[in-house]
Amino acid sequence: MIKTTYSEAILSGFDYLLKNYPEVFVLGQGLWSPWYVGNTMKNLDKKYGKERIIDTPVSESACTGAAVGASICGMKPIIVHPRMDFMLYAMDSIVNQAAKWSYMFGGQLNAPVTIRSIINRGGSQGAQHSQALHSWFAHIPGIRVVMPSTVQDARDLLISSVLCPDPVIYIDDRWLYEQTANLKPIKETPLKFITPKCLKNGDQITIVGSGYSTNLALKVSKKLNCDGISAEVIDLRVLNPFNSENILNSVLKTKRLLVIDSGWKTCGMASEVITSIVEHIPTNTLIDPPRRITLPDCPAPSSEVHEKDYYPNEENIIKFINDSYHF
Amino acid sequence: MSMSVIRAAEIKIAEAKKNGLIKGPVHLGVGQEAIAVGVSKNLRNTDRIFGAHRSHSHILGVDNDLHKLFAEVLGRNTGFSAGMGGSMHLASKSKGFLGSVPIVTGTVPLALGAGLASKLQKSGDIAISYLGDGATEEGVFHESLNFARVSNIPILFVVENNLFSSHMHMSLRQPLNTINRFAKAHEIETKLVDGNDVVEIYRTSSEFIRKMRLKPEPYLIEAITYRWFGHVDWREDIDVGVARSKKDLLNWKKRDPIKRLSDAMINKKIWTIENQNILDSKVDELIDENWEKALKDDFPDRKSLLDNVYKYD
Repeated sequence: MIKTTYSEAILSGFDYLLKNYPEVFVLGQGLWSPWYVGNTMKNLDKKYGKERIIDTPVSESACTGAAVGASICGMKPIIVHPRMDFMLYAMDSIVNQAAKWSYMFGGQLNAPVTIRSIINRGGSQGAQHSQALHSWFAHIPGIRVVMPSTVQDARDLLISSVLCPDPVIYIDDRWLYEQTANLKPIKETPLKFITPKCLKNGDQITIVGSGYSTNLALKVSKKLNCDGISAEVIDLRVLNPFNSENILNSVLKTKRLLVIDSGWKTCGMASEVITSIVEHIPTNTLIDPPRRITLPDCPAPSSEVHEKDYYPNEENIIKFINDSYHF
Repeated sequence: MSMSVIRAAEIKIAEAKKNGLIKGPVHLGVGQEAIAVGVSKNLRNTDRIFGAHRSHSHILGVDNDLHKLFAEVLGRNTGFSAGMGGSMHLASKSKGFLGSVPIVTGTVPLALGAGLASKLQKSGDIAISYLGDGATEEGVFHESLNFARVSNIPILFVVENNLFSSHMHMSLRQPLNTINRFAKAHEIETKLVDGNDVVEIYRTSSEFIRKMRLKPEPYLIEAITYRWFGHVDWREDIDVGVARSKKDLLNWKKRDPIKRLSDAMINKKIWTIENQNILDSKVDELIDENWEKALKDDFPDRKSLLDNVYKYD
């Protein structure tokens, strides 16, 4: 059986949606380019036509707003932002409009738009080409925030996001595009039923991640196994609305918690996960204090030298675990 | 009658704001009624209309349910937005009024998307984006004009140029007092009209909308008008207005769109002063009846605080 890559899985999600739902259309920059957003949109314009696959002017704000507006009128648009940093031009349409359209009109209208946003880091791309802002968006009530870390989820969570009646920010990470797996047949699952998922069982420490951080956590957990440490890995998948139940049950078992996040430390997703666990477990349950590994609180450096210290890697995560926890 | 109803409704809202019955801010458009009325006569329920912060006239133009408007501004659960929006967040889905919000220019790209949806759905429906002169100073307005033109989106931008953005006169914000130059820059057909002449607005919008339904394309109407009240609530704001004087206001009141229509019809002998008086008293009755009804309605249930954050939870 031929394995599918993460980027091909995204493409197959788009293909499934465009084939089965005439109200789905896609807009964004680069959709007609031979680059095809890292091949995740390859030939969709040729297969489904330039009316439904719209390469747009350099106008993130108007295009995102247009996607929101079209979603209010019975369409299921996907707006693609090949780099999350540029999406900041569209904050009004996302935060003020889409997130609130259902609430402020008493539920008579809704904005089922999907905003696909890509984290693209490293390679000396620097401060404005590398941001991972999922925590920011997860703060806003009314927008669902989704981060697939597995190949299976790259396809399936895209489908669930687009079919969801609420606005969804779907965030994929370029560092995951070469991951491979055998995909199961497509089964549509409502997004509201998708919660954090255990990807590896263990009983001495719970490591929580999202997107690429989950991938790191899995690699780390394998190495920890060799050292006789049994780690459980939980992938967040949906950051907002955040359901902490599976993590809580895991921590009650392992009694140790580590969160790895690809965002910054202050007011970040790692803080949210730790708080939501700590406030629900009996005092003295934890053997060691809960810890987090995040980006340091500084913009992404362009220098290759600094990048090595800026991004968490397997080696420094394992060192951190050995230094911080007592097994 | 539509203009008179809108006028009377807003004056009622102004009084209620003044005496504290209405809690949230109200942006009144008294003096500007001709624009929404003239445009709305060309619309159907499946068209997609988006308003802004000063949108009582825009929603009443297509949905004359005064009870729902009053209930909404009073925060009652029978209002246009079930009491969750107030004056600044109005919607009437069944009539095609898909939302008004107080973020300046916030709905402009949304209306663009509504037009894009119509085009993809091949429905012949059009989008209306109501905005003010201040909104033309936001970048997303210009992005929207460009995208509308390059993608041939059936959207009619209706710019109500009342010369003021909040307290600031246009001459202090832009090099010219008219904005249709922005449409010309984007190759969008445009017309500058007297915003206090309901017949001219009707004719212009009728011509544009007929063309848009046949062939999806954007158009822009700039309607010059003036608001009698200040930016927000019931005061005239002469004191806080930069370049807003009592004299200007009195001159503009002479250009009252309702009186102009009534006088013109009387001159043509198709209307009489008596007709007008009967109409005025009918409107007063309508206002009082709906206001009293709305006042008796309930506020949203306290338990509904978290409802509708997500559509299906």
